[in-house]
Amino acid sequence: MKPNDQNIEWMSPPRLGLAGKSYLLLFLQGLTTTLRHLLSPKKTVQSPEVRHEIPDPLIYRGVHRLNRDEQGRVKCVACFLCATACPAHCIDIIAAESPWPDREKYPQSFTIDELRCIFCGMCEEACPVDAIELTSLYDLSGKSREEMIFDKQKLLSVYDHTKDAEPMRSGGG
Amino acid sequence: MLPSILEALAKIALLIGALMTAAAYLVLVERWIAAWIQDRLGPNRVGIPLTKIRLFGLGQPIADGVKFLCKEEFTPRHVDKFLYFLAPVTMFAAAIVVFAAIPFGSVLPPDALPASWGLKQPIPLLAAPALDVGAIYVFAVGGIAVYGVVLGGWASNSKYSFFGGLRSGAQLISYELPLSLGILGVVLASGSLRLDVIIAQQAGSGLWNLFLQPLGFVVFCVAGFAEAARLPFDLPEAEQELVGGYHTEYSGIKLMMYLVADFLHMISAAFLIVILFLGGWHLWGLTDGTNGPAGDLVTWPVAVLRVIVLLGKVMVVILFFMLARWSWPRFRFDQLMSLGWKLMIPLGIVNLVTVAVWAEYGDRIASWLGLPTGWQGAGMAAVGGIALLICWLVATLADPAAADNRPRRQPRHSMLDGEESYPS
Repeated sequence: MKPNDQNIEWMSPPRLGLAGKSYLLLFLQGLTTTLRHLLSPKKTVQSPEVRHEIPDPLIYRGVHRLNRDEQGRVKCVACFLCATACPAHCIDIIAAESPWPDREKYPQSFTIDELRCIFCGMCEEACPVDAIELTSLYDLSGKSREEMIFDKQKLLSVYDHTKDAEPMRSGGG
Repeated sequence: MLPSILEALAKIALLIGALMTAAAYLVLVERWIAAWIQDRLGPNRVGIPLTKIRLFGLGQPIADGVKFLCKEEFTPRHVDKFLYFLAPVTMFAAAIVVFAAIPFGSVLPPDALPASWGLKQPIPLLAAPALDVGAIYVFAVGGIAVYGVVLGGWASNSKYSFFGGLRSGAQLISYELPLSLGILGVVLASGSLRLDVIIAQQAGSGLWNLFLQPLGFVVFCVAGFAEAARLPFDLPEAEQELVGGYHTEYSGIKLMMYLVADFLHMISAAFLIVILFLGGWHLWGLTDGTNGPAGDLVTWPVAVLRVIVLLGKVMVVILFFMLARWSWPRFRFDQLMSLGWKLMIPLGIVNLVTVAVWAEYGDRIASWLGLPTGWQGAGMAAVGGIALLICWLVATLADPAAADNRPRRQPRHSMLDGEESYPS
């Protein structure tokens, strides 16, 4: 593209008015802004002593959980929709024939690599039986990479841990 | 002989200890102010180690220092080893040596030392007391700082460092001129190059140079900000453009020397602003008077009070430095140069001429105007104020610092003719 191409639209910065040229008004404006903020109440949350306030835990995208049905069984039917939807490829499912009569398959193993997860919530969107959900637990930490790969037991225990504070979105168990 | 050497050594030890502590704690203050202005709390956790006592984060500078000392000191392979080592040392030494001529109080009564030493003179709170060229010394030594910056930028052998050093060299040299013009007015009015005499004179008349030469004050302040490379003039290390500027390739204790030197520059600039324009240790009704012919007027409470007033004023100026950092956006480099050469130097010259004319014809003008004796100061203040006002109006209307340096373009219609015309 040449400099005289007609498609180039040459812009000029706005010209300063008298107030801008005199420096003084803008000088005072800047100073009052900083002084106001200097004395205004602070927004910092003193974590970890004070927990962050989560406006609506039901729509927060934190650590995953695997929901249980009323009989305490894992709700997942191993349809692989969440693993397919996952843009980070962090969900790994091994399906097996279900021991229960009401469905054909169940996950023999269900692991989520929390270090790869980008917490986008697509798995939750994709799940046809509302088995996988994101909780409002936000401060996830571990001492090794292996520890951060959550297996089925751990994901179910997250459900046990959070089911009272955050009921299942589809209602019922 | 021996007592005077001991006295000087004691003052030097006190000065260096106080300066290092002050630089460390000013980092904390700067971080606090930055945080508060951004609606955060700032460092408030580090207190006494191994306990839960936090002390509002007052342990932070010590933690920072230990961290700096323990960090890996990495020397890139492509640097000029000797200059790379020499640059931060130069910068640091130049920054600290300035304080030899800067008074940090007025005088102490003679009984501060044992009577057996036979000292009858009051002890000046100044490491190099009888330095008749104090102001020149300060500026000469302060000018060495540019070597540290340029050498560091050159020796690092990296494009960011190089540009940072280049910019800094241009900036520091450009703003030396308005800085010197600002101080020339003060020296002309007071007739002495000794900083303690300049303070004593302002204290004697009770009229600070701020009121007598407001134009000089503005010029000196702006140039002082630029010399200390503080925002809005921190182009040598503009993070968005130059990573870290001239100290990009530095780490560990060498980087710390650069950073501490930056803070020392800010402290010395604040000291100079206070001493030259804000009356030093003088405050109306609290610390009036001069040192007296033999210093016999100075008692212990007065001496301590003067130190407190001086340091308090310096602290206020430093707080303003820190506030300014977040109040105004950084200048573009050509704007910085325009401001220095097209605005600050002319203003400094106008101030100098005003002061010179008043120094020569002030008495005659005052008697012609019918001012009562003793009102010459008020006349000078009025003249200075008028000069400031006129200069401000002229600068606003003419706006010499505004410059459009972009390539010119053809008017649109001529481009449509299809001829090969490039912006010239």
